[in-house]
Amino acid sequence: MRVVKFIGWTALIALIVIQFFPVDYNYSKAVPQSDFMLVNNVPAAVGKTLQVSCYDCHSNNTDYPWYNKIQPVAWYLEEHVKEGKSELNFNEWATYSSRRKNSKLTSVISQIENGEMPMESYTLIHREAIMDSLTQNKVINYLKKLKSKD
Amino acid sequence: MKTMKRSLGMVALAAAMILSVSCKDVDKDEAALPMSNEMNQPDMDDSESMNEQTSTAQAVLNDYFNLKDALVADDHEKAKSLGATLENSLASLDVSSYDANQQQELNDIMADAKEHAEHISESEIDHQREHFKILSKDVIDMIAITGTDMKLYEQFCPMYDGGSAWLSMNEEVRNPYYGSKMLNCGKVQREVN
Repeated sequence: MRVVKFIGWTALIALIVIQFFPVDYNYSKAVPQSDFMLVNNVPAAVGKTLQVSCYDCHSNNTDYPWYNKIQPVAWYLEEHVKEGKSELNFNEWATYSSRRKNSKLTSVISQIENGEMPMESYTLIHREAIMDSLTQNKVINYLKKLKSKD
Repeated sequence: MKTMKRSLGMVALAAAMILSVSCKDVDKDEAALPMSNEMNQPDMDDSESMNEQTSTAQAVLNDYFNLKDALVADDHEKAKSLGATLENSLASLDVSSYDANQQQELNDIMADAKEHAEHISESEIDHQREHFKILSKDVIDMIAITGTDMKLYEQFCPMYDGGSAWLSMNEEVRNPYYGSKMLNCGKVQREVN
C-alpha cells in the first residue's frame, strides 16, 4: 500500500511540475503574402473547408482547443503541428518550387481521397473538420484544376 | 478520504501511462534512424566513388534501380531501407559542375525527390508506390539534365493511377507499381542512349 501511495504521489507531483514547462505555441495572426489562399485566390467555399480542416496543423496559426493549456497534451499537439508544418505549410505556398507544388497537390488530393486527411486523431475532437463527400469532391476538383495549371 | 486518495491515484496512474506512452513514441522515432543508417552502410560501400561526402547522378540512379527492384518484388521492408539509402544519395548530390539554371532545376528536383524517398522509407507498400511515381518523374527529369552512360528504358503502365512511368535498365517490363499482381503490365515508351 505504501508503495502505491508513493508512486501515486510521485506521478501527481510530476504531473504538476510538467505544467510549468514552456511550450512553443503556433500563433501568428498575420497571414503572409505567400499564403495558398492569397496566391491562388481560392474560392470562399473551398477556402473555408481548407481553413477548418487543414490549417490548424498546416499553417503558422493553430486555433487551439482549451485543453492545450494542459500538459502533456500541449507537448503532443506541439509535435503534431511541427510535423504537419514540415510536410506542408499552406502559409509558405509561394515559396515552393512549381515541381514541389505539383507533388504536394498530388499528395494532398490522394490523402483526402483516401480519407487519410484530416487525421482521425484530429477529427475525433474537431468534428467540424470532417469533409462530407460533397465537400470532399469540391475541394479535390479545385485542387486538381490547380495542378494542371502549374 | 479513501475515495479521494483512490481518485488521486487514478489521475496519477493515467498521467504516468500517458507519459510512458509518449516517451515510447519518441524512442521509436529515434531508434528508426540509426537502424536504417546501419542498413545503408553496406550499400554505400558497394558503390564506387562514395568515399567523399558527395554523390553523383549515377549513384542516385543505382539507388533508384535497387528501390525499383524491391517494389517489383513486393518487398516493402527492403524498399523502406532502400528509400533511406536513396534519400542520402539525393541529399549529397554534387551539382557544382552544372550551370546556374541547371543547378536551380536540379536542386528543385532533389528537394522534391528527397521528400518522396523519405516517405518511402517510412510507409506501407501502397504509399511507397504512390511516392515512387512522383520520384520516377523526378529521376527522369534529373537524367534529362545530367545524362547517363547507361542504356535505359523508360517504361509506362497505363493502368496505374491514370498512367505512370518509371526507368529500368532492362528492356523487359517488370512493373514496380503492381509487382506480382501484374508483373508484365506496361511497355517501353522511350529509350535513353
